[in-house]
Amino acid sequence: MTTAVRRRLWTVLPLFAAAAAMAVIVAPTVGSTSISLVRAFDASIPWADNVDAQIFFVARLPRVLAAAMVGATLAASGVVLQALLRNPLATPFTLGVSAGAALGAMLVIATGLDVGALGVTTVPMASFAGSLAATAIVYWLARSQRRGLSTNVLLLAGVTLNSFFSALIMFVQYLADFTQSFRTIRWLMGDLDVGSYGPLVAALPFVVLSFTVFAVLPRTLNLLTLGSDVAASRGVDVVRAERLAFLSASLATGAAVSLAGPIGFIGIVVPHLVRLLVGADHRIVLPASACFGAAFLIGCDVVSRTALAPLELPVGIVTAMIGGPFFLWQLVRHS
Amino acid sequence: MLLRTADLGFAYDARQPVLTGVSLDVRAGALLGVLGPNGSGKTTLLGLLAGMRRPTSGSVTLDDRPLHTYSRRELARRIAVVPQETHLAFDYSVMEMVLMGRHPHLGLFEVEGPRDLAVAREALSATSVAHLEDRDFATLSGGEKQRVVIAAALAQATDVLLLDEPTSSLDLGAQLDIAELLVQLNTTRGVTIVVSTHALALASGICRELLLLREGRVLATGATADILTPDHVRALYDVDADVHVHPGTGQLSVVPLRRTTR
Repeated sequence: MTTAVRRRLWTVLPLFAAAAAMAVIVAPTVGSTSISLVRAFDASIPWADNVDAQIFFVARLPRVLAAAMVGATLAASGVVLQALLRNPLATPFTLGVSAGAALGAMLVIATGLDVGALGVTTVPMASFAGSLAATAIVYWLARSQRRGLSTNVLLLAGVTLNSFFSALIMFVQYLADFTQSFRTIRWLMGDLDVGSYGPLVAALPFVVLSFTVFAVLPRTLNLLTLGSDVAASRGVDVVRAERLAFLSASLATGAAVSLAGPIGFIGIVVPHLVRLLVGADHRIVLPASACFGAAFLIGCDVVSRTALAPLELPVGIVTAMIGGPFFLWQLVRHS
Repeated sequence: MLLRTADLGFAYDARQPVLTGVSLDVRAGALLGVLGPNGSGKTTLLGLLAGMRRPTSGSVTLDDRPLHTYSRRELARRIAVVPQETHLAFDYSVMEMVLMGRHPHLGLFEVEGPRDLAVAREALSATSVAHLEDRDFATLSGGEKQRVVIAAALAQATDVLLLDEPTSSLDLGAQLDIAELLVQLNTTRGVTIVVSTHALALASGICRELLLLREGRVLATGATADILTPDHVRALYDVDADVHVHPGTGQLSVVPLRRTTR
């Protein structure tokens, strides 16, 4: 006799992980020039002669890995924020957390403070600071209403924070020079064209740190969704758990936004679909959402690269096309 | 003495204390009812007994040790709480809900094993909802939900169970079921129970002792038959009432007559 949780941890999660791994390997083969996977991984062909390998590893893989990292991170932060705020409609994007992170990143980019060495720049730090500030405001609102945030308050807070940060972002834009503005607008639309492995390496420590915290959270998140009093009576140190959740979700969102701009709706579409497939237990939902988020954003990016080829759409537009209607549908269902 | 409070006081705002000078002894095996009008401090008292709030003054001790010297986890293995109502933001199954009661018995990365599953199943049958194991919690009736929540508290394997108005949103039949269940848990499993309620029928029917709270102070405490008197009902609720022994059940029956002005 074994428990359902154990069984599902060993059967469901490998499937999700396999889907993510598959997406990472297959996506780089799609594009204007078709390449062969077999040739790309053929070590007997010298690197200089292996065009397939060059396209795979240099031109396309960094972007696919960026999609995987951002998708996994945003989906997982969505799950954590939803549990923390006890509301399945909470997401980094709609709460204004992504916008806060974008403002932080914009500030250092526009002021020329994005200095760095060895691929480590100040951008992830700045976007973390921005997302932290935004989450702190949401968290403070949630704590002041002891039963968790109602959907109304949650949405209004998100709208307010989003417009507030957008206004500040536009102000920074207004002061910046024209060429820089063009670059940042493209980034603000959500863009995975990272160009090299450098930005990935810069964001990696933040992602690793936040996922380390995510790893210890799930059972506590289950209890937090029952309310802080119930969680406390079951042995959860609520204040500590909520702070950990809040910091790690901010850290993850900051890292994702510093890499690819504020890409929206991953944090609601992915966790929701995953819950439909695997139920509500966060021990399964959190890792499965991370895997599915990676595969999902890779898929969206393939669409953005191929739909209007040779034109490349910013991937944020693709996710918004899917996520906007999805969010509205959820809103109707939950209220 | 299992649970004891001495001169307990609590206030969110020093000018408006919620509880003042509450001294209370809960023996092991007790079935104590806490009565009082809305805002009298019942929920706050249960929160203090569970260690979920820190007293502003006075103390709460469990086995003569102050509650705040226990870790949250240690405390959760001794005292379980059943809230008034449970609304879920996510669709957990009944079994998932009950297994969450095992949290204080599991290590950081430990996943519930066969033993935890056995404890959960036993708790579900003790509350007569074993057949609902695979259902979604959200689809249950109010009475079934309350039974499942009590089962989760039992799965916590504590010796004390605190219930905050557990029957307030239930229909008459479900109220009687929960009352019967509490007596059964108390007598056959020896669970010490403190239950707050507005239902005088529940209080007189199952509680062996009562504590009356009014405006955060103890009005009276003692054996149910001594406490449930017309004078006390008037002092507690500003209601004139007729209290008599019901010939069929032998229990005290309270019939409210009219509202008095204070």
